Amino acid sequence: MIFADEPAPGDPLPILPGHSSPGRFERVLRAGAFAVTAELSPPDSADPEDVYARARVFDGRVDAINATDGSGANCHMSSVAVCALLTRVGYSPILQISCRDRNRIAIQGDILGAAAMGVANLLCLTGDGVQAGDHPQAKPVFDLDCMSLTQIARRLRDEGRFESGRALTNRPRMFLGAVENPFAPPYDWRPLRLAKKIAAGAQFIQTQYCFDVPRLRQFMTRLGDLGLLDRVFVLIGVGPLPSAKTAQWLRYHVAGVHIPDTVVERLADAARPKAEGRKLCIELIQEIREIKGVSGVHVMAYRQEEAVAEVIDASGVLNGRVPWYPERHKMLLQEKVAP
Amino acid sequence: MYQVRLWSTRHARGLETLYQIFERALVALDPLWRLIGYERLERPLAAAERTIKGFLFDCQMCGRCALSDTGMSCPMNCPKTMRNGPCGGVRADGSCEVRPSMRCVWVEAWEGSLRMRRGRDAIGVVRPAVDRRLAGTSSWLRVAREKSARAS
Repeated sequence: MIFADEPAPGDPLPILPGHSSPGRFERVLRAGAFAVTAELSPPDSADPEDVYARARVFDGRVDAINATDGSGANCHMSSVAVCALLTRVGYSPILQISCRDRNRIAIQGDILGAAAMGVANLLCLTGDGVQAGDHPQAKPVFDLDCMSLTQIARRLRDEGRFESGRALTNRPRMFLGAVENPFAPPYDWRPLRLAKKIAAGAQFIQTQYCFDVPRLRQFMTRLGDLGLLDRVFVLIGVGPLPSAKTAQWLRYHVAGVHIPDTVVERLADAARPKAEGRKLCIELIQEIREIKGVSGVHVMAYRQEEAVAEVIDASGVLNGRVPWYPERHKMLLQEKVAP
Repeated sequence: MYQVRLWSTRHARGLETLYQIFERALVALDPLWRLIGYERLERPLAAAERTIKGFLFDCQMCGRCALSDTGMSCPMNCPKTMRNGPCGGVRADGSCEVRPSMRCVWVEAWEGSLRMRRGRDAIGVVRPAVDRRLAGTSSWLRVAREKSARAS
């Protein structure tokens, strides 16, 4: 997919009327395409090539790449740096910012810095507690929460002001996102909490892993009843499970991941659990795509990132569309030049 | 005290009524507070507030009390001090991700708000980031001063 007004890789796209950002992710969603995003886990390394290698495995399958911010409260390369590296070659990253490690002074500075580096999408999260990660001895900050972070990001963009009220000279043009977990209590409040996030400024939502489609359907129906589906793009989190053991581990060790017994049993009974996990993921994507109001899927394939291409191709959700990636850009340009 | 805190959200409606009467009195007494001097009242009032709300709600004295908007469950007891709702890590049984022995402050808040008259609307309003300079100061006095100033 290449736009008519395609800039050199790394340069911003022109901002279309009614759009908030110069990014291709917002364009894809507003054009009505079924979007695919994937999660990149930043390396424990200072080598940019490690970032590019992790991004390349998604080439041609994803419209945006999420760079996690110390996910699970573990220390990795910063999400701002990962995003800045990705924009250099033209990828469309989604900058994840969590409230655990930085106060409002640092976070606002990071948003401006990221926007200056060409980052067009921001995902606001509260973040896991420090007890979950490899540095439980660290001080948890939580100066903001996901909601006030979203509100402050919108203020930077729409009012051109810091939280303090001081004016910016140039605003960060960002497409704002938030997260939701329809699979954690209190279930009947989750849709209303999402309404609150939209009120705070969220334009797109990425959810926690979905393994329970009936519950997702209930959630989406409720969003429809509340009139929220026209006001936000909802991307559902999915991922391939490699084994019943991993499923059990996720259930008990990663807060907020809900995996029904039927899923665990299916993996336990399978002769080739890894293949079965991918098959299950493909089926989930196909079911989720049919639900009214779903704008895309967000694939989180921790430690089996190579499965993303396979799963997306087999699911057929891209419908022949090829999302932008650096090599394809070069190919298309050569075709244009060739007589 | 944890058990008292849970009792308070179970009796959110009664406490809502009680606080409304109390707040009206606080605001009406503004001339008296001004006569004595708000600054002079700050320390004794903050101490009283800390004792009473500490007992009832495990109040953390953020200085910008949200109890009426959060089902009488103090959001500052959330390990992530979330002021707008639960995180995505709430366990299936409604307990906290960080401290599993504790019920999620926001699961409590939601149940409390459903018992209140205007709790359900109030819990849906986005609360801005808290001003950390107010920590330890009296929220009651702030309400008295701000609401009486707005009325005049």
